Amino acid sequence: MMTNGADILIRCLLEQGVDTVFGYPGGTILNVYDALYNCRDQITHIRTAHEQGAAHAADGYARSTGRVGVCFATSGPGCTNLVTGIATAYMDSSPVVFITCNVGRNLIGKDAFQEVDITGVTMPITKCNYLVTEADEIADVVREAFAIARSGRPGPVLIDILKNATAAEAEYVPLARSMHHTQGRLQTLIQRASHDLRPPEPDNNDIDRLVEMIAESKKPLLICGGGVVRGRAHREFEEFATRLDAPVAITVMGAGGFNGRNPLSTSMIGMHGTQASNMAVDNCDLLIAVGCRFSDRVALDPESFASQAKIVQIDIDRSEINKNVKTDHHIIGDAAAVLERLNERMPRYQHKEWKEYVFSFPRETEYQLTGDALTPKQITDAIARIAPWDSFVATDVGQHQMWAIQHFHFDYPGQLLTSGGFGSMGFGLGAAIGAQVSHPGKTVLHITGDGSFRMNCNELATVAYYNLPIITILFDNRTLGMVRQWQTLIYNKRYCETDITVEPDYVKLAEAYGLSGRRVSCIADFEEALNEALECGHGYVIDCAIDVDEKVRPMVPGGARITNFLID
Amino acid sequence: MEKKRYTLAVLVDNSVGVLSQVSRLFSRKGYNIESLAVGTIENPNISRITIEVLADDDDHVTLLCNQLGKLLPVHSVKLLQTNHAIRRELVLIKVRAATSEDRNEVIQISSVFRASIIDVAPESITVAIIGQEDKTEAICRLLEKQGILELVRTGVIALERGSFTIDEETKAKAEFNYGKNVL
Repeated sequence: MMTNGADILIRCLLEQGVDTVFGYPGGTILNVYDALYNCRDQITHIRTAHEQGAAHAADGYARSTGRVGVCFATSGPGCTNLVTGIATAYMDSSPVVFITCNVGRNLIGKDAFQEVDITGVTMPITKCNYLVTEADEIADVVREAFAIARSGRPGPVLIDILKNATAAEAEYVPLARSMHHTQGRLQTLIQRASHDLRPPEPDNNDIDRLVEMIAESKKPLLICGGGVVRGRAHREFEEFATRLDAPVAITVMGAGGFNGRNPLSTSMIGMHGTQASNMAVDNCDLLIAVGCRFSDRVALDPESFASQAKIVQIDIDRSEINKNVKTDHHIIGDAAAVLERLNERMPRYQHKEWKEYVFSFPRETEYQLTGDALTPKQITDAIARIAPWDSFVATDVGQHQMWAIQHFHFDYPGQLLTSGGFGSMGFGLGAAIGAQVSHPGKTVLHITGDGSFRMNCNELATVAYYNLPIITILFDNRTLGMVRQWQTLIYNKRYCETDITVEPDYVKLAEAYGLSGRRVSCIADFEEALNEALECGHGYVIDCAIDVDEKVRPMVPGGARITNFLID
Repeated sequence: MEKKRYTLAVLVDNSVGVLSQVSRLFSRKGYNIESLAVGTIENPNISRITIEVLADDDDHVTLLCNQLGKLLPVHSVKLLQTNHAIRRELVLIKVRAATSEDRNEVIQISSVFRASIIDVAPESITVAIIGQEDKTEAICRLLEKQGILELVRTGVIALERGSFTIDEETKAKAEFNYGKNVL
C-alpha cells in the first residue's frame, strides 16, 4: 500500500514488536509524531523533560527487558542532547535504536535552523548509523537497524531521516520479523560473498583446549562480566561455576549475571573490589573471564594483572581479545552457547584448598558505625531488608553507585541499571523511568548522590506526569563524594570545587513536581520513609543526610597492582 | 623509538561514509595516515583501501586491524608483510622546461627511470612514474634542478606476492564475523 514515510516508520516499529518509545517532539520529526498519533493505542510514547533523559530511559528499557529500546528526537539540539545517552549505551553494549529527523533535502548542508550532521557526530558511538533521504528506504533501513542493534555484541544504532522522506509517499509491504533477513539490505548483508554473518558457533577445538587447561589448573578463578548479563547466560554461568567449583569475581557490568549470594561469589573486582576478589586474581593459576573486556577499572595495571595465571577470554567480540590484557587462549561466541558446551564436556571439580585460601580474605567491607550519623551501609542494609528482593536498582555515578553495587546482591540479569563503562552522572533517573515503564508492577529504586541527581532531576517531571512510583534514595553528603575521596587520598585534601555548600531543599523540589519527599538523618527515620515510599504508589524522594567524609572502601588507585589497596 | 611503516589492505562495502569510518579509527589513536588509496575491486560493490601508517610496534597495528575488522562494513583486513608485498605508487610531476636543453634533460632522466612523458607544453613537461618510494624519490631529486611546478601521488597500492589473497577464509575472520551476526 502507498503511505508516507513517517507511517512506514511507525509500521516498521510495530513489525519489531515495539510497544514503548521514549522521546521528545520537535519541528523536523513532526510527521513521525503525526503518524504515531494514529497508533497511540499500540505504542506508548513517554515524553521526558529532556532528550538526554529519553536516551537513558530507552537504554534502561533495553537493559531491564533485554529487548531493543527506541528513542525519538528532533534535529539539531534534539539529537545532540542524545549524545551522552548514545555513548552510555555504546560503552555498555545496550541495544537501542535512536530515530532522529533532519531538515529537508532542500535545506540539508545549508546550516539551516536546527541542522546538524548527527550521523557524523555519532559515528564513533554507534554500532552503525544511517542517513535516510528517501521514503522508500525507510522500511529496509529500520529492519536492518533493529537486527544490528540486537545481534552479535549489541549496541546503539542511529537512523537520521530527512524531513521530506517522512512526508513523501512510498509503497509499504508488510513483512514479518522472522522474514526480514530474506529481503533487502539484510539479505545482501547475509549473502555478501566474503561475509558469513551467522549466529556465533563456538569452535570445538577451542572448547577442548579450555577443558584441558581447566583439568591442569589447581587454582581457577572466574570473572563474570557484562556479556553474561547482556547474553542472559546466567544459568549456564552458574552451572559452569558450580562444576568448576571456582570462586567467581563479578565486575560492575556483570552484577546480576551471577548471584552475589552464591557461596562461590567473591563479589566485586577491581578498583573498589573486595580483598577476596583482588587477592584471588593475584594468586590464581587460571583466569577465565566471560564477557569481560578487562577495562582499566578491573585490570588496573594490565602488566601485573593475574600475572601467575593463564588468562582465557570468552567473548563475542573478537576485537576485545588481547586489547587490554594479553591472553593465553580465547573462545569467540555467545556466552550461553560457549558455557553450555563447556558444561557438557567438563567433569565436576573440587577446589577446596584454593577456595579456603580465597575466602580467608573478606568478601565484604567491614564498616564501623560512628556515633548516631546515618551511614551508607545502614541505608543499603535497610533497603535490602525492606524493599522487595526483585526490585530494580538504577544508579547514577559516584560513591553511591559503588556502595549500591558492593552491598546489594543482584539476583538476575537486568536488575542493576548502571553506567559502568561511560560513567554518566545523571543516568539513573532516566534509566529508572525506562525500567518502571516496562515493569509497571515492580519496585524501581533510583539510588543517587547529590552531585548526580542535580544533573537530571528535571526528569522528576516525567515521574510525576506518568505517575511512576520510582523511589529516589539520595545519598546526600553535600559534596561530589568520589572526587572528594580522590582529593582526600591523592590530592592532599585540597578540596577544589567539590563541596556543595548551598543545596536545594530536595524535599521541596520533589513537592514542587507534585511528588513526596522526606529528609532523614537517622536509620529509624529512613526505614519509616522507605516504607512510606513503598506504600504511597507515586514518586518519592528520600534525602539521606550522610557524612561528607564517608568513603568507598576498599580502593586501589588507578594503574596500580590490584592488591595495592590504598584503603581497605 | 623509530617508527616502522606498515601497509594495511582493507576490503569494505562501497558505500557512503565507510571511508570516514575507517580513517576515523586511525585519527582516534593518533596515527597520521601516510598514504591512502581507494578503489573498487572486480566486484563493484566492494572497495579496497590500502593504508600506510607509521607505528611503534606490531602490537599497536594488530589492535588497529582488530578494530577495523569489527566494523560492520569491513569485509577483511590484512596487514601486508613488507617483504612479501608488491607496493606501487603513481606519481605525476610537472616540471619547468622552457628551453630545449631543459626539455632534453627531462626526457633523458625520464627514460632512465622508465617514466613516461604524458604532456608537453611550451613551458613545462609532465612526467608519470610508477614505483616504490625509492624510485619516485630519486627521480624527484633529479628533476628538482629543473624546478618542479606541481606533484601529485596516488598513494601506495599493494598486493601480496604469490597466490595468497586478502579474503581467504581464516578462523580469525570467522571470529570477527560472529560479533557482526545479524540473525
